Formats: sequence, structure tokens, C-alpha cells
Amino acid sequence: MDVPAHITGTVWKVEVSVGQEVAAGDVLVILESMKMEMPIEAPEAGTVKEVRCQPNQPVNEGDVLVVLGP
Amino acid sequence: MFRSLLIANRGEIARRIGTVARSMGLRTIAVYSDADAQAPFVKEADQAVRLGPPPPKDSYLNLEALIRAAKETGAEAVHPGYGFVSENAEFARACTEAGIVFVGPPPESMGRMKDKAQARALAAGAGVPVVPGSDGVVADLRGAGEAAERIGFPLLVKAAGGGGGIGMAVAGSQAELEKAFRACADRARSAFGRDAVYLERYFPAPRHIEVQILGDTQGNLLQVLERECSIQRRHQKVVEEAGSPLFLERKNAALLQRMTQAALAAARAFGYANAGTVEFLVADGEFFFIEMNARLQVEHPVTELTTGVDLIGWQLRIAAGERLTLKQEEIRRQGHALEFRIYAEDPVRFLPSPGPLKVFRPPEGEGIRVDAGYSEGGVVTPYYDPLLAKLIVSGKSRAEAIQRSEAALQRFDIQGLKNNVPLHLRIVRDQAFQAGELDTHFLEHHAKPEPRSP
Repeated sequence: MDVPAHITGTVWKVEVSVGQEVAAGDVLVILESMKMEMPIEAPEAGTVKEVRCQPNQPVNEGDVLVVLGP
Repeated sequence: MFRSLLIANRGEIARRIGTVARSMGLRTIAVYSDADAQAPFVKEADQAVRLGPPPPKDSYLNLEALIRAAKETGAEAVHPGYGFVSENAEFARACTEAGIVFVGPPPESMGRMKDKAQARALAAGAGVPVVPGSDGVVADLRGAGEAAERIGFPLLVKAAGGGGGIGMAVAGSQAELEKAFRACADRARSAFGRDAVYLERYFPAPRHIEVQILGDTQGNLLQVLERECSIQRRHQKVVEEAGSPLFLERKNAALLQRMTQAALAAARAFGYANAGTVEFLVADGEFFFIEMNARLQVEHPVTELTTGVDLIGWQLRIAAGERLTLKQEEIRRQGHALEFRIYAEDPVRFLPSPGPLKVFRPPEGEGIRVDAGYSEGGVVTPYYDPLLAKLIVSGKSRAEAIQRSEAALQRFDIQGLKNNVPLHLRIVRDQAFQAGELDTHFLEHHAKPEPRSP
């Protein structure tokens, strides 16, 4: 499952790494946009398959940040 | 008076300071990041210097680049605006060392205000009521727990050195306190380099009322009346007005008198000079000092429009060493003014919405002033705060100002990105707002969008 950015901004923190198991609602990435921090949470439980972003990287709304798998 | 001014800021405030400075005959120098190269504040300046790439730390927060730009252009003074380096004592000192006048309070005074725990102790020492709290920072969770027992719940947990809603959380119980403490300590460490956190009593429905201060370097100090800024989202102001509805028609005159005197006492305790603001929470007929801001406020226009005091002009004259010739008894309010912060954000969920300004047509008319940072065809980037423009509306009475505001908001045409004009329309049409019944949680209970019909 792809977890996208819901706003345009920059990546402030990446809170997970590949292989990590996460529960629904766990914070995966924290974005920063217009002086505001926005946590990106896991929509469902799973394992982190890919992390497609790194701190300070600019992202657009809709860009996939993390890929979760079973 | 100095002859040239570098404006170390961007957007609407850089533009506004530039306009005032040029009207006083100064040469203005803009500084900009790559994201703002085409912005109005850059084009309108007499000279412009590139600072660096868009992120604030590489541009508007880059002290070295700012000082270099000032030296290269021969700027005799620097105005920091609000945000960015405006409350940075290190920058103020660097300016002084480079022989450049910093338009703001003395660096020592800024230092006293910036550390909230120290600011609170100074204010309390000057006899100004403060919110019951931890009296200094709590070093660890255990200290926080003990302080909480004494102050009582609910509590506000704040990161020292924070501001603008960053590093704050409410805790209703010891369990919530643990979570809030960890979050704030973490934020304080990453943003300010230390994990100092303090606690204070949380008021469920306070008003936010502040007093404008103006002081010169000879020790003359004035209060330029109050503003109310209770309409907030995420602890950030959305609508401000002067005067406060709490004091209209001479209501609560004794409370206002005590507040303005307390503001002067606090400013004196901080050794203040230039323009500053003392912020208070007001609840149940009592008022409590929150903080003193060592800078021009975003909402200063509502004071300018109702008192006739040119705050930016005075900032420049005071920085140049001129004497404050205004007298306290000359400071009188005429009429009423409202300021609406027009943000590039979703008007319901308040999420940021950067993007292109395909259409940007502010309203015009009697009693309407618009301080805009952008123009049609510009692009709003995610690097800075979401403020597009300030719509400032004045009238003979609050009712007239509200009426004009509704008409002005309806005519404000913005297309290409989400913006909060619809939210402002809901606010001015809200009965509680019209009755002046405001508190800082207003938006959690009022001015909600109509539910969509199925």
C-alpha cells in the first residue's frame, strides 16, 4: 500500500525504516509546510517495504512517501 | 535619521515597511530567497540582494548573508519585520557590531523577553499578574508531575524559546502530561537546541487581549491601547480587532486601566525601547501576562487605523535616536478596525495549500486597506508561513466595520489555491462574533461550514 503526502511541503523527519512493523495510526513521516508540522500516519498495520523520502526533501501532494506491505 | 534601510523579511510586511520607509525618503534594500525573486516586495525596493535558496535557514534566517547584504549595499539600518530574525538578539548584536542600526529593542531587552520563564519572573516581579505555572523550566517528567500537582489540571505544556504555536500541548491528566512533556521536550531540542519545558494553568475559554507599547531610547514609554486577537486556529491568530469588544462603550473600564498600566510596568521591567506588545489572557474579570513580543506585530494596522499612530514610522524614528514626541493623553481611539489574515489554506481543516495565484483581486473601497505580499500570477511556496495578505477594514463603529468587512470579503477574488476567505465570511456572519462574545476556542465551536446536503 502506498502512503502519499497529503500536502505539499518538505520532509521534516522520517520516523520509520525498512522492515519495521507498524500499527495503524503510527507516525511514519512528519512533513513541514508553511511553518506547520503534519504527521503522516499509517492507514493500516503492516511492514515498511520502502521509504521513498528523506529529511529536507521537498514533496508534492500525492507523492508516495512510504510503501507498506503485509 | 539614517538614509538607507535594509528590510530583513519578505511578503506583506517587507512591502509595507518598504512603503513607509520610502515615504520618509529612505533608500530601501530588499533581500530575497530564490523562491521570492519575482515578489512585489523585491520589485518595489530601490535595490535587492539575493540571500540564497528558499529554505529559511539558507535565506531569511542566514545571519551571515543578511549582514553581508547590509554591508555590501551600505545600509545604515536594518528592519527585521516580524518572525525570522526579528527577535534574535544575536542578529541585533551582529548589526550593532557591524555599525548598522537594528530597528528594535536593545539586545539585552530581547534576551529577557525571549526566555519565557525569565520573562514571566520579571513580569511577576514588576507586579504584573502571571498565569499560575511552574516558575521556571521543569527538567524532567518527575519535576513536571510535581509542578502539575501544585498548579492543577488542565495544564498547558510549552517548550521554552518556542512560539507561534510550535511546541505546545494541553494535558488534562498525569497520563496526558507524560505524552505532552515528551512531545514538547523533543520539539524544543530539535528547534532550539535544549529541552527546557514549562507548565502553566490552562484556561478553557480565555480572551487574548494585548497592549501596544511604544518607547524611545530616552526612557519615554507609551501604551497605544489594546487589541483583541481571540479568533485563533492552532494558537495562531486569524482575526484581530481594535478595540476589544470587552471594552466597547466604556465597559470594564477599570480592568482595561489595570491592564494598560500592567503592560507599561512589564515594558519598564524589560528595559524596553521601540515598538513592542504585551500579551494577556483575560478570563473571569482577571488578566494574566502571557509574554512580551519584542517586535512589530502582524496585527499592528488595527492600532494604526484607530489611533492614527504610525507605528513603523515611529520604529524608524526611535531607532534613529529621535525622541517620542507623542503624549499619552493624545493617544485616543477613533472608530473600530478589524484585520483578517488571508491564508493559503483549506478553510475547513486549516491545512496548508501552496500553489499559483491565478487570480488575485483584493477589494477596494471606503475603510478598506489591503497589505498583500503577493500579486496575481505569483506563486505561493511551502517554505514560509501561509499569509497571503491582510484585509484591514475600519468603520465608525464595530457594527459598521463588520458590515464593510462582509462586503469586502465577498469581493476578494482569489483563484488557484485554497484560501480562508470562506472561513472569514462565516466568522463575520456568526452571531456570537457580531455580539463580541469571543474566546480563543471560538473556531472550535463557531463559524462552522454548513453540512453538505446529501
